[in-house]
Amino acid sequence: MDVSWYLVLSALLFAIGAGGVLIRRSPLVILLCLELMLNAGNLALLAFSRANGNEDGQVFALVVMVVAACEVVVGLGLIVAMFRRRLPLNVDDMRELRG
Amino acid sequence: MEVIAFFAGAIGALGGAIAVIALRNPFYSVLALVVHLVSLAGLFLMLHAEFIAAAQIVVYAGAVMVLYVFVAAYVGGIEEPIWEPIPGQRLLAPLLVGALFVELSIAVLGTALSSLDAEGPTVQIGFGSPGQIGRLFLERFLVVFEASSMLLLVAAVGAIVLAGRRRDDDASATGRGHEAEAA
Repeated sequence: MDVSWYLVLSALLFAIGAGGVLIRRSPLVILLCLELMLNAGNLALLAFSRANGNEDGQVFALVVMVVAACEVVVGLGLIVAMFRRRLPLNVDDMRELRG
Repeated sequence: MEVIAFFAGAIGALGGAIAVIALRNPFYSVLALVVHLVSLAGLFLMLHAEFIAAAQIVVYAGAVMVLYVFVAAYVGGIEEPIWEPIPGQRLLAPLLVGALFVELSIAVLGTALSSLDAEGPTVQIGFGSPGQIGRLFLERFLVVFEASSMLLLVAAVGAIVLAGRRRDDDASATGRGHEAEAA
């Protein structure tokens, strides 16, 4: 398979994840959509690493996974804190910093 | 054979991704994301990224998704409003998503890099194996390795601070704090 197939698939997955962030309003699902986008980026990194025959891209992909894990932990902590304080779990209602 | 494997993985990944944003119950969305991640791990294997594929299954589909399932079960069903908070949001979003996809595809395919139209060079045995990745991490990317370990530590501490139980928070959040403590 050509590498460009993987890149187009990764673009499509990224677009689906971005659409989920636009459409869904629950913070939990928005975090899931962020995972979709990060994984699409990982797929592109690995495809480029394969195209170059160089493993540096794979190290980059592992670092992206570390960052994604950190983002998940902090995001889920925020959701649990919002739930504890009985704030609405809806990103449109959390607009205090909007000015 | 390789084409079949690619399209099987691609259909799994795409189906999982669409199910994540289409299903209304967050719990089912998490399960759909597991399908998506496992299919992506298959694609990673086809790209000779064996260690990344294994880490994807163990770390993502295993540990991170268990965390998601716990939070989805703890928070319970989040009902999303049927009405649109921003007028035309659900109509405009697919258009913007289509535009984004076209733009990304043009950016990727329009580069006309000749290496993208081939399978890539032949790689030696052991490309992407744990040994190779570990050697890179401990020699060339040692600073990156240490920085990511610090990042994980900070994130763990931050999550404990964020989600930890504080008595004054529970009591002063709303008037219903005392009922929760009694329960």
